[in-house]
Amino acid sequence: MSAALEDLYQQLIIDHSRRPRNFRVLEAPDRRLEGFNPLCGDRVTVYLKLEGDRIGDAAFQGSGCAISTAAASLMTESVRGKSLEEVERLFQAFHALVTGKGAGREAELGKLAAFAGVAAYPARVKCATLPWHALRAALAGNGQSVTTE
Amino acid sequence: MTAPSPILRLPPASGYDLWRVRADFPALRQLVHGRPLVYLDNAATTQKPQAVLDALMRFYGRDCANVHRGVHALSERATRAYEGAREAAARFLNAGSARQIVFPRGATEAINLVAQTFGRSVLGAGDEILISGLEHHSNIVPWQMLAGQTGARLRVAPIDERGEIILEEFERLLGGRTRLAAVAHVSNALGTVNPIEEMIRLAHGKGVPVVVDGAQAAPHLRVDVRALDCDFYAFSGHKVYGPTGIGVLYGKAELLERMPPYQGGGDMIRSVSFEQTTYNDPPHRFEAGTPPIAEAIGLAAALEYVSALGREEIARHEQELLEAATEALERIPGLRIVGRARRKAAVLSFVLEGVHPHDAATILDRQGVAVRAGHHCAQPVMERYGLPATTRASFALYNTHEEVDALARAVRRAREILA
Repeated sequence: MSAALEDLYQQLIIDHSRRPRNFRVLEAPDRRLEGFNPLCGDRVTVYLKLEGDRIGDAAFQGSGCAISTAAASLMTESVRGKSLEEVERLFQAFHALVTGKGAGREAELGKLAAFAGVAAYPARVKCATLPWHALRAALAGNGQSVTTE
Repeated sequence: MTAPSPILRLPPASGYDLWRVRADFPALRQLVHGRPLVYLDNAATTQKPQAVLDALMRFYGRDCANVHRGVHALSERATRAYEGAREAAARFLNAGSARQIVFPRGATEAINLVAQTFGRSVLGAGDEILISGLEHHSNIVPWQMLAGQTGARLRVAPIDERGEIILEEFERLLGGRTRLAAVAHVSNALGTVNPIEEMIRLAHGKGVPVVVDGAQAAPHLRVDVRALDCDFYAFSGHKVYGPTGIGVLYGKAELLERMPPYQGGGDMIRSVSFEQTTYNDPPHRFEAGTPPIAEAIGLAAALEYVSALGREEIARHEQELLEAATEALERIPGLRIVGRARRKAAVLSFVLEGVHPHDAATILDRQGVAVRAGHHCAQPVMERYGLPATTRASFALYNTHEEVDALARAVRRAREILA
């Protein structure tokens, strides 16, 4: 594998794309929202349970590429238990990372830092951010779906 | 015991010097991510031969002027070249006259033009437009819009598992209210070559005119609009090695004559007062404003290039590539080719178990292999096969057997990495 492909398809990402965590329907979610990328047909539905201003549980369903599936999987893991404010900060750091403006924020990203390689693939940024856009729209509570376009 | 019969192979394309052909295309001589470019996204757009680039340079560097207006030398040269391009397009399609050739921005605008002029004048509430299940969005949406405007209904002739239009269904759907049929000559997502001769005959049997979307056929097949007897034929210049921003719409003369204008503006009028405007004759009636002059001239160079190379020779070469690519990909475990029509142009859609098409395209790209991943602007086709997307390799006159091997190697690599 060439170095650049290894940067994108890190072992952690491949693992989460093959065996996505929290890949299920949450019964009676407080928020539910479908994200859709019309360019590639990726769909991800995000389910959230809230506990006060914290995320009690997060899960997702859908079909997509390795990047969007792994992004959704790692996102649901990393937002659980976080306050909405912390989730927003995490998204901002993640977005900066995948668009190549996130140097130095790896510590706050934890496992999500595995997506650093996406920055070298502009066409794939939307794959990584699709579940996050769905999550944020779900939290904002506006509408039933978001698209990347 | 008899010896096994040898595999019947076409003789190598004679007089088709692939390496000289490749030398005509400057864009092919480059490295992508450190690997030689293997350009297999030709159904999206093709690379341009030097002859086209030279024609554009000649126009902008020497003959640049507006057409149909000036009496000065440059305008006369530009007008001659622009109208000459119309003749080149007429020859390419074997149209009876250059007056039957309109230059829209591309196949999409050509179809919209027919919908909004011809379509609007023949359709009423309750009438029907018949299309097929393998159409590109550009041969669906303009008809949906027209249906919305007129109260007409869109009917769809389904395709079978192979990706072929079910002719009996097409015939059955040609009913008493069908005013128009619109079908692709070649499917962009599956490569299917539709039996449009037969479909046109069936439609004409019911008095239904036929619009053919030839965007994917013009680069691969010899197209003879008079032999087909189609009423309209549309294709895009950039898919036939010409510039972007120009396409060709052929129409039967008596239909073009009857059609109202598409857009209003200069060049499409004969005389204008504030009370009344008299419209120009076809084809200028349908070309409001300054036309894509350089693009038309570039397109003529492209069509001449293709014709000089020989369209049968090109078709034969591309069929060899398609056969070789089909064989090479079929040998890859977990790979399924989508679209198994008996007659196909050099378009190969596939899915790879455990590898999403988008990931496949990224991994291929890093090995220098350019393919398309997605729904190919044919979402109903994807839905038919229950797929969100496919990976599509599409071949052109300059592709080689070595590039077929590179494709297969790159796909195997994608599988190693992800599946």
